Amino acid sequence: MSANQTVNLEKIQEIVERYGYDKSKLISILQDIQAVYHYLPAQALKLVAGYLKIPLIDIISVATFYRAFSLKPRGEHVATVCMGTACHVRGAPRILEEFERQLNLKKGETSEDGKWSLETVACLGCCAIGPVVVVDGDYHAHTTIRKVSNILHKYQK
Amino acid sequence: MKRLRKFKNVEDLRKTIQQQEATRQQETKKVITVSSGTCGQARGSQKVIEALKKALKAEGLKDQVIVRITGCHGFCEAEPNLIIYPDRIFYQKLTPEDVRTIVQETIKDGRVVEKYLYRDPRTKERAWYENEIQFYQKQKRIVLGDNIFVDPTSLLDYLAIGGFKPFLKALTEFHPEEIIQTVKKSGLRGRGGAGFPTGVKWEATRRSPGDIKYIICNGDEGDPGAYMDRSVLEGNPFRVLEGMMIGALAIGAREGFIYVRDEYPLAVRHVTLAVDQLYRAGLLGKNILGTEFSFDLHISKGAGAFVCGEETALIASIEGRVGEPRQRPPFPAQKGLWKKPTCINNVETWANIPLIIQNGAEWFSSIGTAGSKGTKIFSLVGKINNTGLVEVPMGITLREIIYDIGGGIPDGKAFKAVQTGGPSGGCLPASLLDLPIDYESLTAAGSIMGSGGMIVMDEKTCMVDVAMYFLNFLRDESCGKCISCREGTQRMWEIVKDISEGKGKPGDLELLEELALATKDASMCGLGQTAANPVLSTLRYFREEFEAHIYEKRCPAGVCKSLIRYVVIPEKCTGCEACKRACPTQAIQGTRKDVHLILYDKCIKCGACLEACRFEAIEAQRDEAIIIDKEVRL
Amino acid sequence: MITMKINGVEVKAEEGWTILETAQFYGLEIPTLCHHEGLSPYGACRLCLVEIGEGAKAKLVSSCTYPAEEGLIVHTDTRRVIQARRMMIELMLSVAPYSKVIQDLASKFGVTRMRFTIRNEECILCGLCIRMCAEQMDGKAIGFQNRGYQRKISTPFDIRSEECRLCGGCIYICPACQLRCQGPQAETALCNACLTMDPTCLDYYDELQCWMYDAGRCGTCVREKK
Repeated sequence: MSANQTVNLEKIQEIVERYGYDKSKLISILQDIQAVYHYLPAQALKLVAGYLKIPLIDIISVATFYRAFSLKPRGEHVATVCMGTACHVRGAPRILEEFERQLNLKKGETSEDGKWSLETVACLGCCAIGPVVVVDGDYHAHTTIRKVSNILHKYQK
Repeated sequence: MKRLRKFKNVEDLRKTIQQQEATRQQETKKVITVSSGTCGQARGSQKVIEALKKALKAEGLKDQVIVRITGCHGFCEAEPNLIIYPDRIFYQKLTPEDVRTIVQETIKDGRVVEKYLYRDPRTKERAWYENEIQFYQKQKRIVLGDNIFVDPTSLLDYLAIGGFKPFLKALTEFHPEEIIQTVKKSGLRGRGGAGFPTGVKWEATRRSPGDIKYIICNGDEGDPGAYMDRSVLEGNPFRVLEGMMIGALAIGAREGFIYVRDEYPLAVRHVTLAVDQLYRAGLLGKNILGTEFSFDLHISKGAGAFVCGEETALIASIEGRVGEPRQRPPFPAQKGLWKKPTCINNVETWANIPLIIQNGAEWFSSIGTAGSKGTKIFSLVGKINNTGLVEVPMGITLREIIYDIGGGIPDGKAFKAVQTGGPSGGCLPASLLDLPIDYESLTAAGSIMGSGGMIVMDEKTCMVDVAMYFLNFLRDESCGKCISCREGTQRMWEIVKDISEGKGKPGDLELLEELALATKDASMCGLGQTAANPVLSTLRYFREEFEAHIYEKRCPAGVCKSLIRYVVIPEKCTGCEACKRACPTQAIQGTRKDVHLILYDKCIKCGACLEACRFEAIEAQRDEAIIIDKEVRL
Repeated sequence: MITMKINGVEVKAEEGWTILETAQFYGLEIPTLCHHEGLSPYGACRLCLVEIGEGAKAKLVSSCTYPAEEGLIVHTDTRRVIQARRMMIELMLSVAPYSKVIQDLASKFGVTRMRFTIRNEECILCGLCIRMCAEQMDGKAIGFQNRGYQRKISTPFDIRSEECRLCGGCIYICPACQLRCQGPQAETALCNACLTMDPTCLDYYDELQCWMYDAGRCGTCVREKK
């Protein structure tokens, strides 16, 4: 999946219309677009700039400022390792390293075959069950270095 | 659930509240409350709930027992847990199989099953009832406590615990100025971290000229390790919304926004449901309950930016712009959202408001210390036995929280430090365990109250690593405008990183302190101004640890990879091969029953062997191979 | 009129003035870098810091963005201000060490050493180019992207922008850095100075559509011609 995936014009317009072409709703609009395409295709951003009558550079500034957005396609599966303070103190960096080793990716990268993305998040607010790893929306509690391969295995099919 | 209909007027609502309260108080059936917040769900609470319902049905008890699914109770260590009323028997750490046993033994046959009871980590005694559990005893859960009694997705359930009585009181018995005076008298200070007197902020907003005013709920809880606001938004959203409605009455605002972090999907869902129900019930919108009061609430989601917890950055985010703070004055109370007077308060602050209105300013100010009134919710996490959310009166000591409530440090390790205030705060050592918690005393000690994150660290935590962690967080989250913050955090991180990798040199600590002061002084917003706190506090209380890294190339806690190597302790090694199996690079040699050996040319210091060993036979020791700096200070 | 005190002297400011504007009106010198009279103030370089208030509550603020307030006490050269200012220059120097403007500031304010590893980015992210493009030239072709230590200035997708009219305003206004020529017909986002500068070689080689800047230095086209 390239960063220049063609988008459905109507879909983008529908999303912008949903928020009444309101410029202040830019973040929500981008979130909805990302929910459909799993990232923000360049063409979508250009369309939004046109519909909302905002300079394209302003949209890019917003899209790159907030961590929730990705301008590059994400993998089919996304593994997010929580790097909050509590998880850090309980060994999150070593767990991230294990994910990096097993997926052969550095944090923030997506695999060539488009199957996996490895990301980190500053804190999910689930500190009691840390170290926490979220894979495709599933929360995994009390992760250890040795549990990583089992976790990945569940989604490998 | 009963269908919600619009309340026509004040009397209509009052009567329904009375009815709901009465039904609740006269409940004769057994009630089983299961906590199911985000953490609970991550630990399998949904399967537990399914199993519970199935088991009740199987035993023919479906109509005799009420199952109430609530948000987080705060005792996260014990999740999934359930409480059986009216006795308040507390069962913890349950699986679906456990639940079947509980239904048979306790619900049907009335017998307590010991193995599901909470066991005190220090005394090893079992506690049957919730109020016997030490975790709860020293707490004063005026805000969080109601999470246990209410289904967060039901307005009627909220009415059943007396919800909206405070709002009615504020609407019918108070003049807006009187509401503000009550909040001022109570002494409530902002719970988001800065501790600004809430009543004063309300007054300033009300007094600002203009008809259009806004109120905002800051739910951007970005401090890593803090999740109090998530728990309140998930578990009792109506309480927060009610607080905002009272605030709107007082300030004269007709529109409000709730800004919730993108990383809290369940909180967003529950708040959205709550707002929907309020609209359907006629408690939001035009002419609420047939009065002149109109109020609209919108939900705004964050998108992953810690800096958006800062007031002006939050406003920019709601306006659809980049979350860059701006110079104050003018303050949001004068010119905020879309340049109109805006009052921004934290989730916990709003949640306290209904209680203050209902019970009075004197009641609230009787709790806490002279300068810090009321309670504060803390998230007690890290190296602690009883992880969870604790709500305590201001003035309680750190020692009481960590040992009496938290149950002390697990695995027999020694306490080293407790970090409060998130990336704007600092680390406090054991010598300060008897410090009473309040805004001023924490600031004087070099930390801050912050939003409530309290991360406990033990002897195996390296303070240089902690400083590096916070600086890394800050250099990434800084908006990047002020060079003092952007480059300041980056360069401080580089220096501390070098120190942690054994590349520290004499003069580094002095440069660090100089840079820290410049970052603090020259930055425009709170993020930059407090960015130096983690470094300054760790230097203040743990300077020897930094010096050991620099002059001796040694990491006392055994964390910094460049300065340690893993060693098998021959006397403790049983030859079980667990470490060998765990090693990803086949760096461990040794046959069964033989003492194992770690090969340093293959070892990547991942720590898997240490994790796998059940006999504490692997240790992180100082790497003697590091070339000692010419200026070794012994 | 707003009455304040700057360095002990009573001054009067108009409504809406900043501390900097007030000081400049009275001829008091406060160093600036990311400030420009024709553009909105931003407050990125932190050079214009002044100390306001007294005693324990005194704090440093950027005078270019802080509004003049009744009764404000301002000091422009306290020890705190000077130390902070020096550190800002030192930090700027470490990311744009070859900038004459920053070198001059360093020598003027006594910054004699650079204790940080040089990272020659030739940009201090002051944002003047962005504000010039947006406010004066109505181009809106460039902007800030990312945040924190990863912040940068570029066009959308780092490719030549359709909105860029090659006016050269960004290069003109940049206080710190020289946008180096990437050679003839370079596919870079921000090179466009030559159309507004006066490269002598264009008289001879304009059929090459040369993008040269600071003519004669690159000389590639001349060499090619040979």
